[in-house]
Amino acid sequence: MSNEITGAQSLVRALEEAGVDVMFGIPGGAILPAYDPIYDSKIRHILVRHEQGAGHAATGYAQVTGKAGVCIATSGPGATNLVTPLADAHMDSVPVVAITGQVPAPAIGTDAFQEADIRGITMPVTKHNYLITDPADIPRAISEAFYIANSGRPGPVLVDIAKDALQKMTTFSYPKRAELRGYRPQIEPNSESIKDAAALIAQSSKPVFYIGGGVIKANAAKDLLKLAEVVGAPVVTTLMARGAFPDSHPQHLGMPGMHGTVAAVTALQKADLLITLGARFDDRVTGKLSTFAVNAKVIHADIDPAEIGKNRYADVPVIGDLGPTIRALVPAVEAEFKKNKPDLTTWWRQMNSLRTTYPLGYNEPSDGSLSPQYVIERIGQLTGPDAVYVAGVGQHQMWASQFIKYEKPRTWLNSGGLGTMGYAVPAAMGAKVGLPDTPVWAIDGDGCFQMTNQELVTCALNNIPIKVAIINNESLGMVRQWQTLFYQGRYSNTDLNSKRVPDFAKLAEAMGCVGLLCESKGDVDRIIKEANAINDAPVVVDFSVHRDAMVWPMVAAGTSNDDIMIAREMAPDWDSQEL
Amino acid sequence: MAQHTLAVLVENSPGVLARVASLFSRRGYNIDSLAVGPTEDPKVSRMTIVLNLEGHALDQVSAQLFKLVNVIGIQEMKESGSRQRELLFVKVAAKRSEIESLIGGIPAEIVDERDGSCIIQAVASNKDLAELVKKLEKFGIRELVQSGAIAIEFGAKTLAEQTAIETGLATSDTHQQTQDYQN
Ligand SMILES: Cc1ncc(C[n+]2csc(CCOP(=O)(O)OP(=O)(O)O)c2C)c(N)n1
Ligand SMILES: [Mg+2]
Repeated sequence: MSNEITGAQSLVRALEEAGVDVMFGIPGGAILPAYDPIYDSKIRHILVRHEQGAGHAATGYAQVTGKAGVCIATSGPGATNLVTPLADAHMDSVPVVAITGQVPAPAIGTDAFQEADIRGITMPVTKHNYLITDPADIPRAISEAFYIANSGRPGPVLVDIAKDALQKMTTFSYPKRAELRGYRPQIEPNSESIKDAAALIAQSSKPVFYIGGGVIKANAAKDLLKLAEVVGAPVVTTLMARGAFPDSHPQHLGMPGMHGTVAAVTALQKADLLITLGARFDDRVTGKLSTFAVNAKVIHADIDPAEIGKNRYADVPVIGDLGPTIRALVPAVEAEFKKNKPDLTTWWRQMNSLRTTYPLGYNEPSDGSLSPQYVIERIGQLTGPDAVYVAGVGQHQMWASQFIKYEKPRTWLNSGGLGTMGYAVPAAMGAKVGLPDTPVWAIDGDGCFQMTNQELVTCALNNIPIKVAIINNESLGMVRQWQTLFYQGRYSNTDLNSKRVPDFAKLAEAMGCVGLLCESKGDVDRIIKEANAINDAPVVVDFSVHRDAMVWPMVAAGTSNDDIMIAREMAPDWDSQEL
Repeated sequence: MAQHTLAVLVENSPGVLARVASLFSRRGYNIDSLAVGPTEDPKVSRMTIVLNLEGHALDQVSAQLFKLVNVIGIQEMKESGSRQRELLFVKVAAKRSEIESLIGGIPAEIVDERDGSCIIQAVASNKDLAELVKKLEKFGIRELVQSGAIAIEFGAKTLAEQTAIETGLATSDTHQQTQDYQN
């Protein structure tokens, strides 16, 4: 029959139908049939150097564009290399579609060469996954995969396809509308719960907006701005929500949590109402749960019903997409405020006092060496709020969340839930592919960088000119900080000796990038500007910084937010605060 | 802690049992029993899950289960409003005449007797089966095999109808996949 095509051709056509414009991957035996039609497809395929890079790149792409990112790998080791980025995307609710080749169906279960049960392995770290052995099922699985990844609470979906299904002949029919009996995300919030939420807001004299990454996923930042201004309450944005509300806005108290501002942490602790939008009461935000916001009632709005009551009881749950939810709350609150508008003056006086007494800050090192916070702050100031900033995991990540000022959603990317070292370089690559005209800075650690820097080769060869700032403190700094504070300074295996080995600038040059070194404060601005001016190659700047700098404030793991420290052995002076 | 029974309708797709089992294990929920079997709809299987947990945790378990794409509907089978039964086979070192009088009261019968050993088959609630086993213990229980519970709600309404209404499947088409969700 003339309209018969191979399963592989069917796969590529389905990806085209799904609107895919780019995918990141590496071929191998089991997926090889798919790479033949990829050769002719209009979809751009970017050949990465490690499948983990493909997965994080798909994540970075998705986080800046809001569209599912796509990665593709072969069976066995190719597929298992995707596990970390899939788990990462799962924790941070990022839409990713992963395509993997599988050994031919008759060989499945025989421990065939390069066989791994990737559907079984990824079951707990994907939103859903498929194993396809019949070529006729390929278009439907791809269509469903994109629908599931992008809708509801977004997440990664893996489609594992047996090699013989890619090789066999089939006919192509792409279902644009597929009915999934067991998957029906609730979009519109229940009007009763909107009313109840508005009523609680109108009774509260100490409300706080506790904003999570869901607001960004729902593209609801503008709606939030409106609601926040109508309510007039303080706003805190979690690590995943930086940029959901402008840092320059007078109602913004900053980030709560383990390394949050004193004002943001205390606002949650002392509130009588948490207006929780797209956040999930993560332990890094709540501290010791039993002592978290003990006097607060909770409005919890989320698209995922399983988040309601998971960690904290919700007095008013609101299930639905945050866009319609927040838009419904605005008139509901306005109506309540006509009857009764609480006076927040005292509450604001308390919060303003905290924010002026305990602003974020840092001490310059006394020996004249570079302060990591200063470097990061200047990158933000000189590059501006339209750029995208992508962090690794560690001290530099926390400083990048604290000292870069975010004004817009989707300008701050990081691995919040899984805390994946090695995320930054490939995620920045994916972000730059998604937004080729936007400057993208990876703020990376010397430790993290050494996990996935090989993707700079991919960037150099594929005209993906990202910029990477290595905040080189010659150590696994965040772990070292814990050793300083909790293990009597016994620095077991946290010294990376990375001042000269590797020579990061030379390494960058070897990978086809521009490599720069910055060792003194006087050179910081000049070098950042130099990096910002380069648009035809990736740039790596090795910022050699003071190694003993620490991230403050800090709520030690497992302790109460009430025990927040602003420096070593230094708590805020609560007695001088009117709380 | 209290025992709860959940009836779960799932799509009859490969791996669905593994998904449910994996969910229970990674979230730390303890299953007392699990039974899976066919339903009136060949595309749908039904799981009956008996588990021990705090009352408020039940909503969380249901919500987590419902997040699985292949789970179509979930309903708690309350003791007062439903019928719940398990099947037991027990091999005891006794003669028919010794045990016949003990197994009255519940639907049980001796289905095999040879070499001084009997097999008793019983269909009853978990509690009644436990009582029966206790009575038989004095003879020495050589082998015991028991199914998970299955349950059905009283009344004319079916679980499929019930969950279709609760989850909006019967009424709304807003959850149909649209082109918007493609890339
Ligand atoms: C893959 C992985 N392994 C280990 C860790 C534990 N860990 C968290 S932060 C950190 C140190 C990161 O070092 P570096 O990239 O130099 O950042 P710094 O804290 O020095 O800024 C480590 C080892 C992790 N988060 N991820
Ligand atoms: Mg470091």
